[in-house]
Amino acid sequence: MPIIIDQKAILRQDRWTLLREASGPEVLRAAPGRSFIVPLDFYLRYRGLLDEYPGEKGVWLDSHETPEAIAGDLANLAIIALNFPVFRDGRSFTNARELREHYRYQGEIRAIGDVLRDQLFYMARCGFDSFALRHDQDPETCLAAFRDFSTGYQASIDEPAPLFRRRHDQRQA
Amino acid sequence: MYRYDEYDHAMLAERVAQFQDQTRRYLDGKLSEAEFLPLRLQNGLYVQRLAPMLRVAVPYGLLSSAQLRKLAHIARHYDKGYGHLTTRQNIQFNWPELMDVPDILAELAEVEMHAIQTSGNCIRNVTTDHFAGAAADEIEDARPWCEIIRQWSSFHPEFAYLPRKFKIAVCGTPADQAATQVHDIGVYLLRGDDGETRFRILAGGGLGRTPVIGQVIFEQVEEPHLLSALEAIMRVYNREGRRDNKYKARIKILVRETGADRFREKVRREWERIKDSAMKLTGAEIRRCQSFFSGPDYVQRLNGSDALEESLRNDAEFALWHRRNVRAHKQPGYAIVTVSLKQTGLAPGDINDRQLDFLADLAERYSFGEARISHKQNIILADVEQRRLHALWRELGAESLETPALGLLTDIICCPGGDFCALANAKSIPLAEEIQRDFRNSAELEEIGDLSLNISGCMNACGHHHVGNIGILGVDKKGEEFYQISLGGSSARQASLGKILGPAFAREEVPGVLHILVDVYKAQRDPGEAFLDTYRRIGHEPFKQSVYADHH
Repeated sequence: MPIIIDQKAILRQDRWTLLREASGPEVLRAAPGRSFIVPLDFYLRYRGLLDEYPGEKGVWLDSHETPEAIAGDLANLAIIALNFPVFRDGRSFTNARELREHYRYQGEIRAIGDVLRDQLFYMARCGFDSFALRHDQDPETCLAAFRDFSTGYQASIDEPAPLFRRRHDQRQA
Repeated sequence: MYRYDEYDHAMLAERVAQFQDQTRRYLDGKLSEAEFLPLRLQNGLYVQRLAPMLRVAVPYGLLSSAQLRKLAHIARHYDKGYGHLTTRQNIQFNWPELMDVPDILAELAEVEMHAIQTSGNCIRNVTTDHFAGAAADEIEDARPWCEIIRQWSSFHPEFAYLPRKFKIAVCGTPADQAATQVHDIGVYLLRGDDGETRFRILAGGGLGRTPVIGQVIFEQVEEPHLLSALEAIMRVYNREGRRDNKYKARIKILVRETGADRFREKVRREWERIKDSAMKLTGAEIRRCQSFFSGPDYVQRLNGSDALEESLRNDAEFALWHRRNVRAHKQPGYAIVTVSLKQTGLAPGDINDRQLDFLADLAERYSFGEARISHKQNIILADVEQRRLHALWRELGAESLETPALGLLTDIICCPGGDFCALANAKSIPLAEEIQRDFRNSAELEEIGDLSLNISGCMNACGHHHVGNIGILGVDKKGEEFYQISLGGSSARQASLGKILGPAFAREEVPGVLHILVDVYKAQRDPGEAFLDTYRRIGHEPFKQSVYADHH
């Protein structure tokens, strides 16, 4: 089980079960009531069954997949996990921002896969709020990552006004 | 020029601390080579053939005297006494010790400098025409817009892990000395029918293995929407750019494979979503950035200088330098001076600590304490009183910086090549030197006139060989260095890519081939016609025939 950072703290118990691969719907019947994060293709294929499923559910998107595929269902999804097949694949940064800014997604966005200390700060700025750390990452060191910078130039999810607007407001005050 | 406020200072200090921590973790074995790689690259640190190389960012090429002095200090104390000006208006040091790099970065931060995003798969240092704000025929000063883009692109959380590096140029001059059309994004400033500033935005240009001229993505973007237009392009690229093959990962390949029309449509769709978001620029912010570049305290009502006219009449060497290296300024009584770093015997673009200090001093006394680096690897003093040009020229002579080479065949753009770079197939600096020795007669050079010669040591094209009127590319043939010549390239407004002349030559043959090319031009040119114009008029064949007829 990976260590999860949630809201910039180490999560003691994670209720989510991530199904990296899922071939058929029997997995849902085997553990009723459990909270599952399922792959996109599974979700699209068994959406009817999932609608009836009593437990919480979420979807994970690989870096080549886009939120458009689940745009209509976002209100029913408590979590979207975005995968980093390798840490230098930056596509999930865009997916996170799009979920937050364009689709106004309010649920949890979790980084999964090759999730390393030195990418956490930018992930948080793009709208991720939980992080399933790669097994070798030291969680305490990772927590420090959120303090790498005190601010940023751009508009971001955690700071919606870009610096030029904040500078201006400050001068007006 | 732009001055940091407490936010800029805070972020820079935090970045220095962050990289110190990353370097420590790497040295402690807690960060793998592969994981450290993009982190060090995005802090300007390469591992080269002989030593690490640190590339220092010079935003849009602009430097203060204090910054020049700091660079001199770094060259002297941490390097072998010199630095190298790059085609992206940056300066790089080829001999620092890895363990000294954190100290160098801390020293740079003292003068509001750094090496951030000068390498790696992120948005690189934004560049512009080195005459911005001074050129007599300028449409609008691009520097405030460059600064706005610099801030937006620095530490951009979404675009730090792009498929490949990403270069943006902004140009507000008709001549375009920024090579705007061969950038991943090129931005031209123009005036709309209502007199307001507009941006024409191109994407998908580039050199390297696959040279391409950019496609127009936006015809006319209004001021408030500059950043959202750029961000829309970046977002489509970040999502769809190829990540399976490093050599096909630049945006030029995406634009080509998607088709310009479809790419434009995707960008437009993204842009519609974000153009009215918080990143919409405010008039207050635009004016704030413009206020840093409002122009120095020019002496008013200076007219043409009688003293200058007299010097030009009486001093032929000065007159030659003036004709070549001095350009018209928009402020009456002022001129733009290019200090050539193309003295024979020195690698093009190399500059030593003494020269850096010397130029800092000259900039202070002649040009309001500022200098610029050009993508042609020279130094510009942009605001010099005409009546003091002769005095400046005499002072330059004391450090052998008075070479009247600007725009001539010997004003060579040249990458560091096989002497330094691990990627190179061939050496480029010794060839540049041979050419400069061969064409050392200044009257002959002057007679040939404007002719750009660009040399790259490999197909990554750091020496911009595709856009030289004459381009030279180092190639490896069974372990031997050969040089392929192309003709007809230009990075100006009427941009064009060079066409390969034919089979490559051994190094010692190259100067002879250049003489043949120049002779064909001189024989065929119309009065006053530059090399490139003759080439465009008469075409490739006469040059090719003469070269290969004589050759075999």
